[in-house]
Amino acid sequence: MKAAIVGSGNIGTDLLYKLLRSPVLQPRWMVGIDPASEGLRRAADLGLEVSVDGAEWLLRQDELPDIVFEATSAAVHRANAPRYAEAGVRAIDLTPAAVGPYVVPPVNLGEHADAPNINLITCGGQATIPMVHAVSRVVAVSYAEIVASVASVSAGPGTRANIDEFTRTTSRGIEAIGGAGRGKAIIVLNPADPPMIMRDTIFCAIPEDADPDPITDSIARMETDIRSYVPGFRLLREPQFDPGRVAIFVEVAGAGDFLPEYAGNLDIMTAAATKVGEEIARAAEAHRHVTA
Amino acid sequence: MQLRLTDTSLRDGSHHKRHQFTAGDVRSIVAALDGAGVPVIEVTHGDGLGGSSFNYGFSHTPEQELIKVAAETAQRARIAVLMLPGVGVKDDILVSQDNGASIVRIATHCTEADVSVQHFALARERGLETVGFLMMAHSQPPEALAKQARIMADAGCQCVYVVDSAGALVLEQVSDRVSALVAELGSDAQVGFHGHENLGLSVANSVAAARAGAKQIDGSVRGFGAGAGNTPLEAFVGVCDKLGFETGVDFFKIVDAAEDVVRPVMPEECLLDRMALMMGYAGVYSSFLKHAYTQAERYGVSGAQILVRAGERKLVGGQEDQLIDIALELSREKVR
Repeated sequence: MKAAIVGSGNIGTDLLYKLLRSPVLQPRWMVGIDPASEGLRRAADLGLEVSVDGAEWLLRQDELPDIVFEATSAAVHRANAPRYAEAGVRAIDLTPAAVGPYVVPPVNLGEHADAPNINLITCGGQATIPMVHAVSRVVAVSYAEIVASVASVSAGPGTRANIDEFTRTTSRGIEAIGGAGRGKAIIVLNPADPPMIMRDTIFCAIPEDADPDPITDSIARMETDIRSYVPGFRLLREPQFDPGRVAIFVEVAGAGDFLPEYAGNLDIMTAAATKVGEEIARAAEAHRHVTA
Repeated sequence: MQLRLTDTSLRDGSHHKRHQFTAGDVRSIVAALDGAGVPVIEVTHGDGLGGSSFNYGFSHTPEQELIKVAAETAQRARIAVLMLPGVGVKDDILVSQDNGASIVRIATHCTEADVSVQHFALARERGLETVGFLMMAHSQPPEALAKQARIMADAGCQCVYVVDSAGALVLEQVSDRVSALVAELGSDAQVGFHGHENLGLSVANSVAAARAGAKQIDGSVRGFGAGAGNTPLEAFVGVCDKLGFETGVDFFKIVDAAEDVVRPVMPEECLLDRMALMMGYAGVYSSFLKHAYTQAERYGVSGAQILVRAGERKLVGGQEDQLIDIALELSREKVR
């Protein structure tokens, strides 16, 4: 499947390396708006067609991508989304624009594999919502709360200028996809040097009499599922049970493709995007065989 | 010299009270402080708007209800609220304004001022007075702090505070930071100081701040706050009287308020004990104190060691969840 990356910043460039390794996705185009972009230079060196004229240039080409990965900003994606749809190009949205349905690969990718536009919520959401789901598929979770700690240097200007978008979007994802009655998200930026690897804590309110064993088992299975596409994801500790609550501690180290290891928050977004893109490509491939 | 004082016992004291303030507590404390002439009273969950949570502790009474009670009770004093971007959101600010708050104080770790830009913009647009908090100010040199203060001032902040969240600053370290901010901000914004008692210096540090040009000073009556407590406001008022600094607060009335009204609401006095000293010495966020006690008891490890390790890990305000991780680490080391 022919793929394009829109946005040549940190996320777009890290995504480029992951897509180049994919057996089913062929990154052919990368577009940005910054002529001095390191990402565009690297993409050109790796044989992609590049442009500084953004999505407009991309959609003017004779040959169009089957799928586009948007790594710009929420506002830009909101403007681009209808144009992709009009051109028949599927979109995977790494911004918090939330034009399409929320997807967290190990929880609900199957439900939306044919959606024209898919949103990946937030980095904190990708790291924590699967764990909320791991608990809520075993017992009722009336409330779930996540605390994401990320290295200051890995929080870009977009996140900083609109930190409310992170907390609101993640909270909604905890409810809609995690299965919690009510969700809350907290993000903390830590400037420690050397930079800290991303850490997340997930608190779930559970019935006082809940049996811990099936919950712990479900959490462990979810860890395995996430590690299949985010190798740097791991449980830091055994889940901790207190009356009416379970606490889950995770760390997300990046794969170091373009971004450093500590930037697990960015890595989990590009890894999730790649995973979603590959599933879409495989589904399209299977469909072609069936109809042929 | 004129200083504007803000009492924060109904916000930083929320930590000491484990966020269990009732409407009655708020009514009696606000009435007493207002009667003594305290011009600004801060009322919010200890961790700011939206702080009621597993991570920081759930509120007994929703903070917005408490803010409303405070605003209805105060005759002269203005009600301030605190918010930490990443914990609370803009909507929380708007609700608090509807409930009668007229000053919003936006707090960030002292290297992360740019996360507050959208909140200052909203607050100014809505006609709220704005204050910026650069927390854990001991961790950055004066020049770096001044640059962060500039970001807040440009975003619409009218007074940037040097916030000694860990109670770790010592005298000249306060004046150097305040002076750097005054030099940077000029007439664009005032400078304030928020002290803690973890090294026994909060009143002296506040005097140093005022002499270096700070125009707004925080304290908590009876020290009712986080860690070893905040700057005891009644003591600072007495010191200001001696030094000829004008605060507009009646010393005798605030001393009575501290003893007769505020002390009975406190679960216990805030003490300069081993744990509190560890925080001042190791530079640890004062609100971690009660959480360190909780985890020490839960996992059978030393609370002082939890705090020291929090300092070593360079945790910042908001990372209370990591104290559980540290307690588990300590308990595992004990088993070995």
